Amino acid sequence: MTHEPLTQNRINDLFAQKSERLLNVYFTAGFPNLDDTCTVLRGLQQAGVDLVEIGMPYSDPVADGETIQQSNMRALDNGMTLKLLFDQLAGCRDGQSGEPVTVPILLMGYVNPVLQFGVEAFCQKCREVGVDGVILPDLPLDLYLSEYAATFRQYGILNVFLITPQTAESRIRLIDSETEGFIYMVSSASITGSVKGISDSMRAYFERIQAMALKNPRLIGFGINNHDTFETACQYANGAIVGSAFIRHLEQEGPSAESIRAFVQTIRS
Amino acid sequence: MEQLIEQATSFEVSDKGFYGNFGGAFIPEMLYPNVEELRQSYRRIMADPAFQADFQALLTDYVGRPTPLFLAKRLSEDIGATIYLKREDLCHTGAHKINNTIGQILMAQRLGKKRIVAETGAGQHGVATATVCALMGLECIVYMGSIDMERQKPNVDRMRMLGATVVPATSGSQTLKDATNEAMRHWINNPVDTHYIIGSVVGPHPYPDMVARFQSVISAETRRQLLEKEGRETPDYMVACVGGGSNAAGAFFHYLNEPTVKLVAAEAAGQGVSTGHSAATTALGKPGVLHGSRTILMQTDDGQVTEPYSISAGLDYPGIGPLHAHLFESGRGIFCNITDEHAVQAGFKLSKLEGIIPALESAHALAALEELPLTPNDVVVVCLSGRGDKDLSTYTKYLD
Ligand SMILES: Cc1ncc(COP(=O)(O)O)c(C=O)c1O
Repeated sequence: MTHEPLTQNRINDLFAQKSERLLNVYFTAGFPNLDDTCTVLRGLQQAGVDLVEIGMPYSDPVADGETIQQSNMRALDNGMTLKLLFDQLAGCRDGQSGEPVTVPILLMGYVNPVLQFGVEAFCQKCREVGVDGVILPDLPLDLYLSEYAATFRQYGILNVFLITPQTAESRIRLIDSETEGFIYMVSSASITGSVKGISDSMRAYFERIQAMALKNPRLIGFGINNHDTFETACQYANGAIVGSAFIRHLEQEGPSAESIRAFVQTIRS
Repeated sequence: MEQLIEQATSFEVSDKGFYGNFGGAFIPEMLYPNVEELRQSYRRIMADPAFQADFQALLTDYVGRPTPLFLAKRLSEDIGATIYLKREDLCHTGAHKINNTIGQILMAQRLGKKRIVAETGAGQHGVATATVCALMGLECIVYMGSIDMERQKPNVDRMRMLGATVVPATSGSQTLKDATNEAMRHWINNPVDTHYIIGSVVGPHPYPDMVARFQSVISAETRRQLLEKEGRETPDYMVACVGGGSNAAGAFFHYLNEPTVKLVAAEAAGQGVSTGHSAATTALGKPGVLHGSRTILMQTDDGQVTEPYSISAGLDYPGIGPLHAHLFESGRGIFCNITDEHAVQAGFKLSKLEGIIPALESAHALAALEELPLTPNDVVVVCLSGRGDKDLSTYTKYLD
């Protein structure tokens, strides 16, 4: 089945206006400090980032490498919860404490905290505070389609799925036809933060997917950590996602607007 | 030879990998091709007569099966019922874990894998994995929580001597849960040539079902042996400890659809269920997703997995296999919580009454005997999942 694209979703609006060199930056909510969520979000928006992916910290992030694991632990130790994140986001969207945040936001995390929150309550909250999409790597596609897709759609929340170099073509087609927003291309079979550079076999995979002429835009993530890797990814996709490199930057340079601007500049130019 | 691949109808896993509300395959896309390959082939490979022949031959000649069903007379007298011990402690390497690793190494070979990764808690599964890797000449990497590496040092040395690389898991509680996270991450990073030998009936479908089937040799043998000794295939109680639940799944498997057999699962209460230092999953947990399946899980209201505690490294896990979650929810299983103290006492009791030093894990099952309303006519089988050599340093702290 195919769906009409959702109206009124910042992610779809973004891709309708811009289809090249999109930069999506990941950071963990509540890291480095509990109240940094809005500061970082604003900093990224001011630095001209196109989309922001906010990590919902989890005790057992199996798809993540050490950098993101540690940011998750720090955030949890700081007292971060999903409920608090929604409260923080409501504040930054409506501009209570500074410039309103208008950049598209995705929440990225693991399925268990979402199940405990309740899927419907979660979608409702996302809608309320202006979250546009989610990435839940351990939510199985078939279960999503049979049990949860209708709820996500009802609240206008996009659910972005991952593909890897090992994902079969038929499965990529299924993901492309059943989901919208964009497709998250994991650059190589790995956890986050462990990919070094872009190899020939990665390029071959990027080309193979490019040639599939999918209906959804594609962003490449994992191993995008500097200007070179960003530019390379942009040759094959609509843009790229930076995660661990930004977490390391926040850890070393802190979340000030200047620090974030400097980081984004090194990626972009 | 026993028929190992038998249908356990109403407790049979569904096509999608569910036991009632529990199970499934909650895995990131990076693992999907591997898990899917296994899902599509495991039943066919296990049903292949050549596979069965290899599996049976190794269980007999290498593991030393069948393991005895021993009538523990002095313990029976003490408890006031007829108590048999299913002697999995006499398996090669000292625990039931090797039934599964033999099966999975043969599976890995048929899938063309070159390298094995595993997690371990008490080190018994790590040793059993290192053993079969040595036997078959495959590279072996075992993740073990750094706390467990200390408290189960003899097993770390055994794994190294067998040629395995033991990697400390230093994240989180530094025990079994974290070792499992690390093993999964390793598998994500090495998707093509590596097979992950999970050590219990946990993980994404088809692991819980596959591991239960490999372990089901325990109850297949028990039926035959009990028939010889008691003139009946079914005991009144089958008792086993549950960490992830593989020895229990194997001990229960051929009795799942026999309602006269009470299936008793002993969980580790640690210092006590309500002390905050416990691993009694069904008493403290709620439904949730961990390590690829929906199960019962110890967690906070926000869905963060909590750190379990048990004196026994093999039971120090915040979840249980989805089959056991279903046995709990459906009422088919009886779940008991056994404290550290009680388990240690039961371990000393068996040592003195029967000359058998049980693993601390198995001692939880023995302690459960004292919590059941047993009568003199009851016939009880306890799955003695492992021997206690690895736990001597813990036991000796209680010697006075
Ligand atoms: C002797 C022994 N029994 C029981 C267990 C618990 O595992 P399971 O519940 O999968 O049987 C272990 C785990 O290490 C063990 O070594």
